[in-house]
Amino acid sequence: MRALGRALRRPASAIGFAMVALWVVCAIFAPWLAPYDPLKSQVPLQMPFERAPDGGVFWLGTDLLGRDILSRLIYGARTVVFWAGVAASSAYIVGITGGLCAGFYRGITDRVLSFLANVVLSFPVLVLYILIIVTLGASGLNIVLAVTFASAPAIFRIVRALSIDIASRDFVSAAITQGENAARIMLVDILPNATGPLVVDACLRLGYIAITIGTLGFLGLGLPPPTPDWGGMVNEGRGMAMVFPHLVVFPCIAISSLMLGLSLLADGLREASRAGAKA
Amino acid sequence: MMRFLLARLGEVLGVMLSVSFLIYLVLEHDAASVAVKVIGQYSTETQRALWLTENGYDAPFLQRYVNWLWRFVRGDWGSSVHYRELVSVLLPQYLSRTAILAGTAFALIVPLAFIFGIAAGVREGSIADRVISFIAVGTTSVPEFASAVFLSAIFVFWLGVLPGASMMTNGFEWQQLVLPVMVIVLYDFGYVARMVRASMAEVMAQPYIRTALMKGASPARIVFRHALRNALVAPITVIMLQIPWLISGVLVTEVFFAYKGFGTLLYQACLNSDVALIEACAMTSVCVIVTTQLISDLLYTTLNPRIRFGIRKGEA
Repeated sequence: MRALGRALRRPASAIGFAMVALWVVCAIFAPWLAPYDPLKSQVPLQMPFERAPDGGVFWLGTDLLGRDILSRLIYGARTVVFWAGVAASSAYIVGITGGLCAGFYRGITDRVLSFLANVVLSFPVLVLYILIIVTLGASGLNIVLAVTFASAPAIFRIVRALSIDIASRDFVSAAITQGENAARIMLVDILPNATGPLVVDACLRLGYIAITIGTLGFLGLGLPPPTPDWGGMVNEGRGMAMVFPHLVVFPCIAISSLMLGLSLLADGLREASRAGAKA
Repeated sequence: MMRFLLARLGEVLGVMLSVSFLIYLVLEHDAASVAVKVIGQYSTETQRALWLTENGYDAPFLQRYVNWLWRFVRGDWGSSVHYRELVSVLLPQYLSRTAILAGTAFALIVPLAFIFGIAAGVREGSIADRVISFIAVGTTSVPEFASAVFLSAIFVFWLGVLPGASMMTNGFEWQQLVLPVMVIVLYDFGYVARMVRASMAEVMAQPYIRTALMKGASPARIVFRHALRNALVAPITVIMLQIPWLISGVLVTEVFFAYKGFGTLLYQACLNSDVALIEACAMTSVCVIVTTQLISDLLYTTLNPRIRFGIRKGEA
């Protein structure tokens, strides 16, 4: 929290925070913010700023099926924030558990887990996602599964390295001598000391997961239609992008701004924790 | 050094074996569904049963896997159902096209990243550093499909100077390569530039640089003679590890521009459940990655004398 406060004093990270906050607010309050129902067909292929039949305005135009693009973007924020959040949490639970065990117990546990992580990491990420989604079918839960499978090894490596370092400190030896049980040492003594780098990593990873969900949507492997999904919108509008660029440009701006916000925030947090360590 | 390399090689072989087992397990654990995928949904029960017996699918799973692996290692990769062609004929064609695309992108990413990274890292916190860092964060934040959309909107829709698809149907045309290469370079160069910057900034803060400065060495001499060699060790290894990202990026870019390369091939194979083709493509991509990891390790050991001479961290 203190690091966040320090980070927000830098303009770049404040802008990043605002961008992320904007999409989170959109996600939470979508039904109140969106001017129309994101699934309701009205007038197809309207350009931005054109009048709607009920007297309102299609600020960003409508898509092939006559659905309001602004409303779909706002509801799309809900899709991406929710699924990226669930997927990231699941990946962190698996990665942290594995990393703590490997770093604390070392020996055979460490070797087996590290080997498994190496196996997964020898796939190009996207190839892994496509293989999993094509085998299991496209759905929100399968995206969570694929993201967990593909990201947990990288998180595992970070946590493992951190906990090996922390486990060699005196207070951990003291805890072991006191006879505290292993789970308590890992969760109470080791994990809290590893949170700094993990928070920075989480910011970036959340962004990459959002990009992944978008990319899968773009490849036609994301959440099944008619769910409003930014990547899916790009995929649907691609055929007509040469004539109606507004179909694809706005969803792309949405996903890029979310990722940019998270990157700027991650940068600010990293700088702030470095400055905090020096002071 | 030799022992380290042999150990790494053994580990890599282990990883490759596990990966091949996983791929086979996922794609072919259910023999009946493989038969449907290969000879089609409208085949009869007897046809499928006949096909399964002919192709040795009656054997237990482990035996099938070992047979498959043996055939795969000898270069018999089966044939693609969708393209009606031997995988061993198909794959090199598509791979060579991707090599052109990825190679061109890589040849631009590396010098760009180094120039910008060094310029930013020489003086941490300077205006140049802030501007370059912001650009690097910005370009890396735009996913490939989005930058492909933006660039197409500008160069194809608005200016009308470049083609929007890169199918290369009339032989090789360089104009069709411009947009895909730009997309890949934009997404990947920022990350490498930031690595170079961080490494450069760290070296510039070392005491020996201050010594050189106080001895009266010129800034150019300090940067090029003293700092650069030490600053490049980490980024060079990182660049090799960028290749998995490059492959993912290339896949999206190829699909967007309908470029007939490895990425499109793998994507189509997955959509068409083209089992033999998926297996070959997945194994190829894993091979590429494992090789780059090995090269990265090798480079790191040769570039870092502490590891080369077997000195551990604490002893130096």
